[in-house]
Amino acid sequence: MAKQIEVSDLDAYYGSHKAIEGITMTVEPRSVTAFIGPSGCGKSTFLRTLNRMHEVIPGARVQGKIMLEDQDLYDKDVDPVSVRRTVGMVFQRPNPFPTMSIFDNVAAGLRLNGRISKSEAQGIVETSLKDANLWNEVKDRLNKPGSGLSGGQQQRLCIARAIAVSPAVLLMDEPCSALDPISTLAIEDLIAKLKNDYTIVIVTHNMQQAARVSDRTAFFNLAGQGQPGKLVEMDETSKIFTNPTQKATEDYITGRFG
Amino acid sequence: MRRSAFRRSRGEGPFRFATTGAGILLLAIMAAIAVFLVVKAVPALQANTSHFLTEKVWTPNATKPVFGIAALAFGTVLSSFLALIMAVPIAIGVALFISHYAPRRLAGVLGYVIDLLAAVPSVVYGLWGVIFLIPFMQGPSTFLNTYFGWIPLFAGDAVYGKSMLTASVVLAIMILPIIAAISREVFLQAPKMIEEASLALGATRWEMIRMSVLPFGRPGVISAAMLGLGRAMGETIAVALIFPATFDIDIRVLSANGNSIAANIANGFGEATPIGQGALIASGLVLFIITLVVNMAARLIIARRKEFSGAAA
Repeated sequence: MAKQIEVSDLDAYYGSHKAIEGITMTVEPRSVTAFIGPSGCGKSTFLRTLNRMHEVIPGARVQGKIMLEDQDLYDKDVDPVSVRRTVGMVFQRPNPFPTMSIFDNVAAGLRLNGRISKSEAQGIVETSLKDANLWNEVKDRLNKPGSGLSGGQQQRLCIARAIAVSPAVLLMDEPCSALDPISTLAIEDLIAKLKNDYTIVIVTHNMQQAARVSDRTAFFNLAGQGQPGKLVEMDETSKIFTNPTQKATEDYITGRFG
Repeated sequence: MRRSAFRRSRGEGPFRFATTGAGILLLAIMAAIAVFLVVKAVPALQANTSHFLTEKVWTPNATKPVFGIAALAFGTVLSSFLALIMAVPIAIGVALFISHYAPRRLAGVLGYVIDLLAAVPSVVYGLWGVIFLIPFMQGPSTFLNTYFGWIPLFAGDAVYGKSMLTASVVLAIMILPIIAAISREVFLQAPKMIEEASLALGATRWEMIRMSVLPFGRPGVISAAMLGLGRAMGETIAVALIFPATFDIDIRVLSANGNSIAANIANGFGEATPIGQGALIASGLVLFIITLVVNMAARLIIARRKEFSGAAA
């Protein structure tokens, strides 16, 4: 079930350093939301607050509120582990478990949720790999290590792993930045397909990519070195790329900085 | 003569000479020791009136020398393996605590303490074993004998503090720091991105360790254990103070039996006749071979890790 995310007045810190400040936004379900902005503007940090991965780093903490439908993710009774089972994540560099087979990689999340029967696992692994457009390439070597695949295939394996547990939201942190153009295209096609079932948030450095895959785009910026990153504006992707409200957004998308 | 623009630089010659010389010197010393040991051991082995590899008795100083390595080798291997079985799980626990659970400052202190433990002289462990552990082990040994006496290891009619088990416990404590220190290093090297992969799937910290840290660290832990095993087998003074120093092959670790090659050398060398010294040296050669085999096994496992290169991520 795709779900809506509502963020209000969110700050995130690394120790005493404030990395992002005062972020308020709504992420619509069954759509792709892209975060763009110059390096260090906090878009990846913000993404990681959405599944409570930010606090994995020692000293990192968050202030503010994130509602996933009617559930406050930062409520003190909420277990971050269960948040991450609902909000999946794909990382910048493909990171399949190197000691596991392709099959076990996809089944890894399922097994965390408790024992499941072998036939049940087989069914879910097959569906997930098909959904990730990888099934035809790996169906004959499911017992081979995942690290033997190409970079693009590994990244699709990671997407299969993330969707195998049927999350409500899928976060992608520059999922194509380590991939060649053909693999990038494969992932972008996949994103277009997955948005029918999931809420997708993607951080990207590639503005063409944001324009191609996303429905809404959020532009982040920071006032200067050491300043916290802020959300400058968020709107329909077509509007951001043709007629942004803010001068900074226009300067960034026209390549004047960043 | 015209000097070439590409002539060899002047520093090269002496430096090459010095390093090559050092390398050769090391090999020469090793060879000299080996030759010395063999030369000393051969007359004793010739004077032996029993079979060296299968005989249990050790009376090389008698007019009709009878001695064999069987009981000593058995005691060495058994006590070392027992020590390993006790030390490895604790060492892995300590290493995981330092690498993944403890707050950073506590982890630093603990790591330092572990290194310090590794530096305590072995005679101190031995004295502690004699003064504290031998009386203390009476209780746990009686417990094991009463409730687990059906296991041959803990069988026997009487229970002694000065036993194979007590020696193994001291050995376990002695090899714990080195295994823990190496395991900690290996666990710290587990790739962050693979750890994050499991966390992002909704793994608890323990599940993350099982999915991402332990499989990655396994080869390193195995070689750390092998290193510990080598140390346990070569350990001398601490166990010489604790072993009952008998010459029996006795699987019952709570009985008043037990000895090891190194402990026997330490206990016997002072009063040995020339033949007796030769016999002890021969036993030392056997220990050397056992240790060599263990180290080679460890290297084999480390070499296998290279093929295991999924961890290159």
